[in-house]
Amino acid sequence: MPEPQYEDGQTMAPTGAGGAVDLATSEGERLERPPSAASGGQAPAGPEGSPTGKPRSLWSDAWRDLRRNPVFLISGVVILFLVLVSLWPSALTSGNPLDCDLAKAQQGSQPGHPFGFDGQGCDVYTRTVYGARTSVTVGVLATLGVAVLGSVLGGLAGFFGGGWDAVLSRITDMFFAIPVVLGGLVLLSVVTSSTVWPVIGFMVLLGWPQISRIARGSVITAKQNDYVQAARALGASNSRMLLRHITPNAIAPVIVVATIALGTYIALEATLSYLGVGLKPPTVSWGIDISAASQYIRNAPHMLLWPAGALAITVLAFIMLGDAVRDALDPKLR
Amino acid sequence: MPEAILEVRGLVKHYPLTRGILFKKQIGSVKAVDGVDLDLLAGETLGIVGESGCGKSTLAKMLVHLERPTAGAIRYKGEDVTKLSGRALKAVRRNIQMVFQDPYTSLNPRMTVGDIIGEPYEIHPEVAPKGSRRQKVQELLDVVGLDPEYVNRYPHQFSGGQRQRIGIARGLALQPEIIVADEPVSALDVSVQAQVVNLLERLQSDFSLSYVFIAHDLSIVRHISDRVGVMYLGRIVELGEDAEIYDHPTHPYTQALLSAVPVPDPEARVHRERVILTGDVPSPAHIPSGCRFRTRCWKAQERCALEVPLLAVPAVFRLTEGPARHDSACHFAEEKHVVPHEEPPRPRPLESEPEA
Amino acid sequence: MLLDVRDLEVEFRTRDGVAKAVNGVNYSVEAGQTLAVLGESGSGKSVTAQAVMGILDMPPGRITGGQILFQGQDLLTLKEEERRRIRGAKMAMIFQDALSSLNPVLSVGAQLGEMFEVHRGLSRKDARTKAVELMDRVRIPAAKDRVGDYPHQFSGGMRQRVMIAMALALEPDLIIADEPTTALDVTVQAQVMDLLAELQRELDMGLILITHDLGVVADVADKIAVMYAGRIVENAPVHEIYKAPAHPYTRGLLDSIPRLDQKGQELYAIKGLPPNLMNIPPGCAFNPRCPLARDMCRTDVPPLYEVSESRTSACHFWQEALHA
Repeated sequence: MPEPQYEDGQTMAPTGAGGAVDLATSEGERLERPPSAASGGQAPAGPEGSPTGKPRSLWSDAWRDLRRNPVFLISGVVILFLVLVSLWPSALTSGNPLDCDLAKAQQGSQPGHPFGFDGQGCDVYTRTVYGARTSVTVGVLATLGVAVLGSVLGGLAGFFGGGWDAVLSRITDMFFAIPVVLGGLVLLSVVTSSTVWPVIGFMVLLGWPQISRIARGSVITAKQNDYVQAARALGASNSRMLLRHITPNAIAPVIVVATIALGTYIALEATLSYLGVGLKPPTVSWGIDISAASQYIRNAPHMLLWPAGALAITVLAFIMLGDAVRDALDPKLR
Repeated sequence: MPEAILEVRGLVKHYPLTRGILFKKQIGSVKAVDGVDLDLLAGETLGIVGESGCGKSTLAKMLVHLERPTAGAIRYKGEDVTKLSGRALKAVRRNIQMVFQDPYTSLNPRMTVGDIIGEPYEIHPEVAPKGSRRQKVQELLDVVGLDPEYVNRYPHQFSGGQRQRIGIARGLALQPEIIVADEPVSALDVSVQAQVVNLLERLQSDFSLSYVFIAHDLSIVRHISDRVGVMYLGRIVELGEDAEIYDHPTHPYTQALLSAVPVPDPEARVHRERVILTGDVPSPAHIPSGCRFRTRCWKAQERCALEVPLLAVPAVFRLTEGPARHDSACHFAEEKHVVPHEEPPRPRPLESEPEA
Repeated sequence: MLLDVRDLEVEFRTRDGVAKAVNGVNYSVEAGQTLAVLGESGSGKSVTAQAVMGILDMPPGRITGGQILFQGQDLLTLKEEERRRIRGAKMAMIFQDALSSLNPVLSVGAQLGEMFEVHRGLSRKDARTKAVELMDRVRIPAAKDRVGDYPHQFSGGMRQRVMIAMALALEPDLIIADEPTTALDVTVQAQVMDLLAELQRELDMGLILITHDLGVVADVADKIAVMYAGRIVENAPVHEIYKAPAHPYTRGLLDSIPRLDQKGQELYAIKGLPPNLMNIPPGCAFNPRCPLARDMCRTDVPPLYEVSESRTSACHFWQEALHA
């Protein structure tokens, strides 16, 4: 095997005067600048650090980009706050969500009870604070479960194709045919546990085909690009092609759909609880409160307003987070 | 004569045509490559020309092991590499690299240029120790005529020609002996094409590379190739040195192809003889019997439908000397000049004047 | 004069700024004449054609100056309704990608016939007969049997013939063909080019051929306009430009194509890259890449100098380029 000359650092030293290798044509060529750099319009990379300094990668660039993105910062703060509230609700309220007084049912705002009382005479503020734990847990875990299971199954089916793909596609079709509420009534009615786990499990079971279908399509599109072939020609393993080349280019639609679905799962928990197959009463959740309050929307709208508002802000924060992450992972938008 | 570092024998790639989703039934096959023999000599450029659908890209993919042949052998330094897998295949891949056609899809848009060119070293860590990789990447950028400071940029910040240089740098990273280039300049603008062609030629002599250069542009193939093979419907129909093919073609398809190439010379339209083929290339799923070119050939006779012409020196030229004596798969091979030889001398390139 | 484009200027407003795609283009075509507009991607050759046809996307595009005189009438002063009547009937366009220019769910016959139904008010049956006639005219074999076929059932060359048939349907006075053979194979390219040239002669139409390929136009063009960074840099009869180009860019292009008749030495390569249209260099746009560039080129925009009666060149030093 011939030893290429660039082994010899001296001949190729960029600053070498003249250089031993004939670079006759490259003088003009080296004046080339990427057009975007020349325009000054969309300044490439970042201003800080010399360009040859630290090596950068998609993830480090994305993180740098996110840290400066107000959308990410705002949604991040909101989500962090929600997590803290879920962990230590007692820090925000001294009340007990189950401490109710029917005499105060449906009463509006009053000192010490800024959000008023619900139909059972429970303090809406306290219930909204305590409801965060269940709702955020259900929403986040169901979304994570669905996203992980769906994108792994769908992604692998899309990548490997063949019989496995055909079987999986038929299975997802079957799951799409199951009505969610009816499925919940049947499956969850046999469960006796009063924790959130059966509900989350049910959501993952019925939710993954949606993500799987999206991940499969998006992986098939990414797979056809020449850069995947190029990596294969270099001898890259399947896992490297999947992790380095396909996943970053196929993940955007999954992020978008998953973050939107998060709100649906919190609402679905409410529906299931309302139907009596979800969470049972001693548990406090926004979903339970929203469905209970919806009957009194004319007389006492405040009962609906606060838990629904909390839900809306949560969903919005996650969608914004998803958008910011998706954009940060696209170098063209930087 | 230099030794052949790559020998291709009876290479075949058939794609099954199936019907049904779960229970697939084969109803035929697309014969993309249907029996190709060729040798790549050390240090040479072998050009492969042909129209779309002739199988040249499939051939390229088999040469770099992106497709497994249905039959046939690819011998790299005497060893058949078509059956290799795992570690042995990975080792061979180091030596045979590819440059892709489309500079827009061949670079991962979510990787920096440094990561793209450095990836070969991550896959083959034995080539470069970890600490030296970054420097090597920058040297490669310099070698292909790009600023080494571009390592942290992303592909979309570059023009088509620059991206193609990045693709070439990635191909060079493992110090391969063979580069298979599939239409490496056809997506580029005319003025940029020449830069990339010159770069490829310079790299070939600097790093003693052997090229398989696949293209549909006959002028560029002639410019860069030492030998040229003409493909039609999955087979090589004529093979020889560049002057043998371009100035003394003996296969009717080559003649038609060459005569159809537009020449930048308005005077040529008067005295140039053109062979205009009728009809379209048949589908590779239904290849004509005998000679596969006979459905469009003006010389076709009964024999052509019955007997497959082999790629060898035709009988009429076997006892002669001279450039017409080269491999041509035609029963009725005869020499015909189709390239206007008196293309007028082009004006001399402008020289740069020293600044006053 | 059939078509006379004068000082046309087009810009695009984008998120990143204003891109000056066309900066004062002048060209003209007479009936029975073929003008080749030659340029690389981003030279403004297609944008100019779209402005002439009136199919420019506005916004983001905007025509900021100039005139487009078609049969003596300035098209830019007409109402959209009036322009629509000219499109198709008096001027027609052929695109590069025939597959995406044809509707995949309508048969070729239906698409051809539609032209006659809409513009000429023919009945469906008569329109069908006309469609078959047209397909015969562009030499699609067995036109009668294939009139009901869908676009995907035709090969690339045949589809481009269908596109030509569509453009010809109403016998326009001007046809603009934007890279009509770029997507085709060499052997098919020659067939389609010959057909186009023949029909043009027969019908005495004006033809504007937009291309990046110096070879393709040498066979069919009468005169050539070379575009660079939104301007015409050279205008010349076809026989003269190949022999002695009067602009360093044209010259560089000619030198950078490899020859078919000999192996040749290292190719001449124009250094650098075409300019960014948002940031065109001051003076002559070609100056950073030009071997003849001097101080004057970096400050003064060259006008179109008259090289001879029929030729112009936008180079301060065209004499040097011509006689070097």
